[in-house]
Amino acid sequence: MVSFDAVTYLIGPNLLLGPLNMAIQGTGVTTILGANGAGKSLLLKLCHGLIAPSTGLVLWDGIATLPSRGQRGFMFQQTPIMRRSVAANVEFPLLTRAIPRRERAKLVAAALDSAGLGDKATLPAAALSGGERQRMALARAMVVRPQVLLLDEPSASLDPQSTATLETMIREAAQSGVGVLLATHDWSQAQRLAGEVVLLENGLVAAHENAVNFFTAERMAARC
Amino acid sequence: MDTISAAWQLIATHDAALLAIIFLSLKVSLTAVCIAALLGAPLGAALAVWNFPGRRLAVIVTTTFMALPPVVVGLCVYLLLSRAGPLGDFGLLYTPFAMIIAQTLLVLPILTALTREAVLPLHREYHAMLVSMDAGRWLTLRTLLWDARFGVITAILAGFGRGIAEVGAVLMVGGNINGLTRVMTTTIALETSKGNLAIALALGIILIGIAFIINALMHSVATFGRRYQVAA
Repeated sequence: MVSFDAVTYLIGPNLLLGPLNMAIQGTGVTTILGANGAGKSLLLKLCHGLIAPSTGLVLWDGIATLPSRGQRGFMFQQTPIMRRSVAANVEFPLLTRAIPRRERAKLVAAALDSAGLGDKATLPAAALSGGERQRMALARAMVVRPQVLLLDEPSASLDPQSTATLETMIREAAQSGVGVLLATHDWSQAQRLAGEVVLLENGLVAAHENAVNFFTAERMAARC
Repeated sequence: MDTISAAWQLIATHDAALLAIIFLSLKVSLTAVCIAALLGAPLGAALAVWNFPGRRLAVIVTTTFMALPPVVVGLCVYLLLSRAGPLGDFGLLYTPFAMIIAQTLLVLPILTALTREAVLPLHREYHAMLVSMDAGRWLTLRTLLWDARFGVITAILAGFGRGIAEVGAVLMVGGNINGLTRVMTTTIALETSKGNLAIALALGIILIGIAFIINALMHSVATFGRRYQVAA
């Protein structure tokens, strides 16, 4: 569970996020929903400890973000594609840990298979299509067997078919017990995936509810 | 025309003196570029990635030294290795070793600066991801160097091209001693001044051939590297 205690994030005098006071259960899929500029990416980066809050505390089960970072996988909106093979891309996070080569190979093979990229392991990652790249990036985030996945608009630039494939991977990850925090501006995607929804508007939490309660007919009608 | 045919004759008959000069040139320049690569590639990556006091100054100095005149490098190494110099007791002046030192110093800034140029955009692209994965300082450096490998290889080839083609530094610290420190460029200068144009021309043709091979290799590396480039 991640808790936000009086968290704000400022650049200069500008308050971009907060003040936030909330606790996200972190089981299943939680979507951070909001329009562009609402502060979704900032929220995810604060969760992962990539940026520090200007004020307040972000804690994972009572532990600060930095010491617990190894338990999480992060997938960026503009995910970097490393200038190496698909397998080497997925293997990379394992190099930050003392994992023997043979064990690494097993973990990479399993991650590639789950992403449907087993037959493309030796290709340069740059040769993959947009959808395949995002699946590779998700496999790279998952290869360390994280307890939590933080996904920042993972399907923002994908066609519907690639989005559906990626969503299946996300759903499978959540079903295997990995907590997923998914930032998206896509309400229908949030509705398809979410168990819990945090709606951000102008850096503030406008709603934080169970998905069943959140996606009411009135709310959906009001959006149309 | 006689000179040209004589030059071709020397090349075609694998003239022993000519081969010895070519071999020494390659030995000196390849050794120098290997040493410069071992030092310059990590240094260039560090200048791109690590923040430390004086980094900006180090970048400016490196870029300035890219255009170092070979005779200035030759002079510095001469002062260092001459009898009165701090390393004079080792008796290294007028040996291939002195030439390797001079060429290493000449090539090092080129390799460092070009490696930095190759690593810098990757660092910008990867930085947040590497931090998110808790990649340490050394893993970050190794990762960026590896992923910029095609740029680094091009830098090494450019450094080799600079080393093998220079004349001033090796002439000053090598002394152009026949059979000991005579390399292609110094031989061309000497033999031209003596009017032995055939051997000078033969070596000139070989130098151009080497330059062509280097450029072809650089082109091939760039073409191969493009497979790994991510389209914007």
